[in-house]
Amino acid sequence: MCLAIPGKIAAITGQLDETFRTGKVSFGGIQKEINLTMVPEAKVGDYVLVHVGVAISVVDEEEAKTTFEYLKKMGEVEELHENQEAP
Amino acid sequence: MKFLTEYRNPEVVREYLDELHRTVTQPWTIMEICGGQTHSLVKNGILDLLPKQVTMVHGPGCPVCVTPLGIIDEAIYLAENEGVVLCSFGDMLRVPGSEKSLLEAKAGGADVRILYSPLEAVKLAQEHPDREVVFFAVGFETTAPANALSVVQAKQLGVKNYAILASHVLVPPAMEAILGDPDNVINAFLAAGHVCTIMGMEEYFPVVEKYQVPIVVTGFEPVDLLQGILMAVKQLERGEAKLENQYARVVQREGNLLAMQTIEKVFEVSDRSWRGIGTIPQSGYEVSETYASFDARRKFNLQLAPVEENKDCIAGTILKGLKKPFECPNFRTKCTPEHPLGAPMVSSEGACAAYYHFHA
Ligand code: SF4
Repeated sequence: MCLAIPGKIAAITGQLDETFRTGKVSFGGIQKEINLTMVPEAKVGDYVLVHVGVAISVVDEEEAKTTFEYLKKMGEVEELHENQEAP
Repeated sequence: MKFLTEYRNPEVVREYLDELHRTVTQPWTIMEICGGQTHSLVKNGILDLLPKQVTMVHGPGCPVCVTPLGIIDEAIYLAENEGVVLCSFGDMLRVPGSEKSLLEAKAGGADVRILYSPLEAVKLAQEHPDREVVFFAVGFETTAPANALSVVQAKQLGVKNYAILASHVLVPPAMEAILGDPDNVINAFLAAGHVCTIMGMEEYFPVVEKYQVPIVVTGFEPVDLLQGILMAVKQLERGEAKLENQYARVVQREGNLLAMQTIEKVFEVSDRSWRGIGTIPQSGYEVSETYASFDARRKFNLQLAPVEENKDCIAGTILKGLKKPFECPNFRTKCTPEHPLGAPMVSSEGACAAYYHFHA
């Protein structure tokens, strides 16, 4: 449960106030609603490291892709399927 | 060398390994703090590739493993007697409390649900205003911002039927507890990359200074771990003790300031009992006074009763690096992932489970 998984911001979906943001982040085909409050500088198309539903930092594309491939190969991305919302 | 060809960069792995073999001249014991790193070291067969002078021991960095029995009992009590919807990360469900696990409580009819994020629990509370929803907020510093954010969000949205049962632990005080133990065998630490993504590196300088111990902030992939180990061994061989950052492509020295502010708003540092280790001063988070109405302990008047640990389980010795899982007499016999005696056998990030699955 301690892993942070990289994904790409597909859309900004909500802005509660000037800081509180949510967005759709795509993890190799799976899209999830993710909180973007901690990464105010991140825009659509950027890659973020996500831990239990919250983006904790922005990473570059190459880092994101290689890390995601590694995690997938090791079978470490199943937690994304837990209580998955319908697409 | 069984897995070498499967690594992301076999040549780089080879290079680090060769350099490690050339550098090391005497025995060193290095502890990785993070359970994710333990999992990766064991699963990727890295332990078998290291020079025999380098011993890796697996620290207490699995939050599921160090959550005390009493807090699991509290969660079960809430689910069974207060009629709450008890939500948790999946790993927590099979951990045995003093009488049963949350999974057994669920089988007995309690409303226990696995969620991916605490923020989903806030949503659940909004959808069911007639029910009390409690999120079992376990974790290290990496998970604290998400748990804190769920409370901030609930308050902002006026969701009154949401609370968290906080079971938060902090890395630096645990390092100090291990280093201060008279039996300490650790020469250097790999610090957890994702913890430092949030908290930055500042709080490790005093530990390096006080105990003259090298600390290398490290990622969790095989190449990262090997480079981190190499950096630690180089320092040790030179007689140095410094704080270094192997994972600079993700970790910034100052951490994520917004995340730290959110943590500070919702939590305050408190003493915390660690399963298998005991109480470590100032090593956890409790919900602060400002957010008291979102604290399940205050809301439901919970009194944490001291509970005896299972005497057959030597998890404390393993978490301090004094013994390996296979040196536990119950390993693979009385204790298996299907019937765990202790938490390190439950979580995939626990040392006992990692050895059970991936180490011959
Ligand atoms: S093998 Fe089981 S009983 Fe032994 S230390 Fe690990 S969890 Fe405890």
